[in-house]
Amino acid sequence: MQHSRLKFILQWADNSMILGQRLSEWCGHGPVLEHDIALTNIALDLIGEARYLYQYAAVLEANGKSEDDYPFLRKEQEFFNVLLVEQPNEDWAVTMVRQFMFDCHHLHFLNGMSGSDDPHLSEIALKTAKEARYHLKYSSDWVIRLGDGTAESKTRMQDALDKLAKFQNELFIPGEAEVEMIKVGICPDMGSIREKAFATFDEVIKEAGLTFAKPAVGRSGGKNGIHSEHMGYLLATMQYMQRTYPGLDW
Amino acid sequence: MTTIASLEDKFYQTIDAEEKIEPKDWMPDDYRKTLVRQISQHAHSEIIGMLPEGNWITRAPSLKRKLALLAKVQDEAGHGLYLYAACETLGVGRDELLDQLHTGKAKYSSIFNYPTITWADMGAIGWLVDGAAIMNQVPLCRCSYGPYSRAMVRVCKEESFHQRQGYEIMTTLAKGSEEQKAMAQDALNRWWWPSLMMFGPNDSVSTHSEMSMRWKIKRFSNDELRQRFVDMTVPQAELIGLTIPDPLLKFNEEKKGYDFGPIDWDEFKMVVNGHGPCNEERMAARLKAHADGEWVREAASAHAARKSNSESRLKTA
Repeated sequence: MQHSRLKFILQWADNSMILGQRLSEWCGHGPVLEHDIALTNIALDLIGEARYLYQYAAVLEANGKSEDDYPFLRKEQEFFNVLLVEQPNEDWAVTMVRQFMFDCHHLHFLNGMSGSDDPHLSEIALKTAKEARYHLKYSSDWVIRLGDGTAESKTRMQDALDKLAKFQNELFIPGEAEVEMIKVGICPDMGSIREKAFATFDEVIKEAGLTFAKPAVGRSGGKNGIHSEHMGYLLATMQYMQRTYPGLDW
Repeated sequence: MTTIASLEDKFYQTIDAEEKIEPKDWMPDDYRKTLVRQISQHAHSEIIGMLPEGNWITRAPSLKRKLALLAKVQDEAGHGLYLYAACETLGVGRDELLDQLHTGKAKYSSIFNYPTITWADMGAIGWLVDGAAIMNQVPLCRCSYGPYSRAMVRVCKEESFHQRQGYEIMTTLAKGSEEQKAMAQDALNRWWWPSLMMFGPNDSVSTHSEMSMRWKIKRFSNDELRQRFVDMTVPQAELIGLTIPDPLLKFNEEKKGYDFGPIDWDEFKMVVNGHGPCNEERMAARLKAHADGEWVREAASAHAARKSNSESRLKTA
């Protein structure tokens, strides 16, 4: 039970951490100054959320680890984030579709978590759900704006949607840790999260004039630590300092 | 009848009374041009300045440092926004200014053409580069042009926070392992002289200073500000056990300030003229971001136009 709880917390934290890391790559390179700022805000929120969770994980483990041990010193297969969040930024269309898919799940997951039987996790969920609501508004607006923009933006958005569709379902398939946590009332039922997330998703995709074809085969594995090839490079960058200079304070 | 001479009298009366010139007030063409040049150069420096630090966001060594650095670079984008907005009040739009940056017509601070090759550079930039920027910018809070002076009040508050943050990074390194201390010293060695160059040429050769002083855009000379910066920074370096890389640095009892060695103005000119270590990389990154974002900006305008059309149709229906 304790093992599953830790894995569940890390999985939640890793999703936000890895997506935050990806978004932070945009800082200074955005299409327009206002959105450079906005995307950096989302990165700050997500990494901040992961930080609360890593701090809690360190308290639960009570073996001298700090919040930094989790992002900077675990090996690739010890990360439990979904494959979606580690996918490269590519262009603004891919970044926004990835964000939108994530946000649809994230907001409803956090709303469900705010009723968790673990009071510390429900507190984190309540605090971060406010931010997630803004993230979803932001990414929905972009999906609609670009779907309804120019011929080029529409094509790019449709391509991004087709490309990332296979990663979406993993968000909703309960992993080992989630199954255990659902049983004890720490994690909400995934079926209702899925229903709410897809209601939002379908409505926005329709308004954007895009078409979503359910992929024949989905991709998954992240929840068990089996990642795409992109993950190793992301970690090599993110962990560079801690790996090069072990055991120092910065 | 209002004549140019009477308008000019009123302008100088306002300046001399330490009151602000506002966007709708009459102002001499050269005053306007000087402001646009200076404010846009400052805005461009904020935007290009995001790149050397942005370089370390994905590699920051702890969560705390990563969040602080992200927030810092985001602040710089915000400063860019206020400053472009201040320029717009003088009749020049952001697109035009960005175009000047992208075609190389407008300059940005040369300091950002130096590379950030270790984590300690994040400390050195905050401490020295932001420190030098504050020296330059605090007097601008009293600048005669209202929108610029108000933007600078906000910018300075944030810059002073960045400077403390940078010094705190350096302090942590200086108190750390031998390797960390060496990293801090190396960063100080590389950033010290370029930071002194940020104050611009010596007063004897500075071209823009005299009129700027008369217009109360500028309040102190380049050399005065540089001296203040040295006097402030040397004790800070000593406090954390780092050595300023200047064998001629010596406290002068008479002037109650430090004498320091000659600045290599040939290096400064080289970097200003495009031959610094990162001039090409910085411009390439900026141009790429702008070009990659073009379809996004076009799509956003097309959608906004369609939306406002359909809204106005609804209103008239």
